[in-house]
Amino acid sequence: MSFARTLALGALTGLVAAFIAAASPAQAADVEVKIDNFTFNPQQITVKTGDTVIWTNHDDIPHTVTSKTMVFRSKAMDTDDKFSFTFATPGKYDYFCSLHPHMTGLIVVEAYTGK
Amino acid sequence: MTDHENGPSRRKVLECMTWAGTGVLWTISGGVPHSLGLVDEAKASEAMAAEAKGLTFLQISDSHMGFDKPANPNAKGTLEEAILRIKAIPTKPAFMIHTGDITHLSKESEFDDAEKIISQAKLDVHYVPGEHDIIDPDIKIYKERYGRGTKGSGYYSFDANGVHFLGLVNVANLKGGGMGNLGDEQLEWIEDDLKGRSASTPIVVFAHIPLWSVYPAWGWGTEDSARALGYMKRFGSVTVLNGHIHQIMQKVEGNVTFHTALSTAFPQPAPGTAPSAGPMKVPAEQLRKMLGTASVTFKQGEQRLAIIDTPLQS
Repeated sequence: MSFARTLALGALTGLVAAFIAAASPAQAADVEVKIDNFTFNPQQITVKTGDTVIWTNHDDIPHTVTSKTMVFRSKAMDTDDKFSFTFATPGKYDYFCSLHPHMTGLIVVEAYTGK
Repeated sequence: MTDHENGPSRRKVLECMTWAGTGVLWTISGGVPHSLGLVDEAKASEAMAAEAKGLTFLQISDSHMGFDKPANPNAKGTLEEAILRIKAIPTKPAFMIHTGDITHLSKESEFDDAEKIISQAKLDVHYVPGEHDIIDPDIKIYKERYGRGTKGSGYYSFDANGVHFLGLVNVANLKGGGMGNLGDEQLEWIEDDLKGRSASTPIVVFAHIPLWSVYPAWGWGTEDSARALGYMKRFGSVTVLNGHIHQIMQKVEGNVTFHTALSTAFPQPAPGTAPSAGPMKVPAEQLRKMLGTASVTFKQGEQRLAIIDTPLQS
């Protein structure tokens, strides 16, 4: 195989990969929210449609992630338990811990436009 | 009406609070609680024997069966110790109340452990749930076990020796951004339950989260407690017993005495003294001084109930 041909094939492969990424949710990101000291951290984040938010409880006390409008609702998460939710629809999602309701957070979801 | 409009300033509340590094013996006269200092078991028993003609019951709280984190890797062991001490009290109390957080994660096995240990006291136990007792996916284990004959999420009332008791639930259907909550249905029931009772009937209210604003920044209070307490204004003696904050605090406001009990599982920090309300790790030799139970005595003809907090170790 010539060097030129290898280069061409490589470029093509890259192009195909980029095309697939743009057209599929493979582009979507995982976004972390830590639960620490009875707070959601970051307390507010902005994500794109298709993104998945992953909450991890680092406290010695169980917490939940409960949407105010019940769009998502975790079970009680013990220490180190995770909960994730993939946002398909743009909007503002207020949530709280149903055990300690003074703990509140906000996920802002913007439409994914391919960029 | 909010607590703030109705009650004393936060500063005054703080002045009235007692931070418990250990158990404190309280007597109450003329509306002012007096600390008689640290108690040991003998002293507590003596005080209870002196009140033998009235009604004495025990309060146990926040057992957190299943908790095994560094703040106390053996919450089962400390509950067992608490029950052994209760069994050793020479004058048998009339019954026991448990102000919630029986379990840590609402698991059947945790409820089983609690039952196995607490039943050894051989006393009737009147329970109310904590938020940790209603987190099973279907929210049904607590009600199946303790909810027979109760209303809503588990509230009820009963009478003993002329004292009227209300067991309330302020941990269900909590709203984002808020604190503990009783809800309209329960509030209407409270109003109805108290209607027609003589103002001289001593009232004892028990619920998990404090029914006064201890520290809203940590959610230590109940949104709509002012309405509940409003229905109790005409009564000469109202005693409010809570858990949840794993430390002793007391406040007297008019005819109402508020008191929170120790946990048998782990201590929590005093308001604002830590980044959060999470379990507080203390040196091993300190732990048992910060865990314990309470006894409450009502004597006929006396307006106020005497509350004695007894740590596992003094």
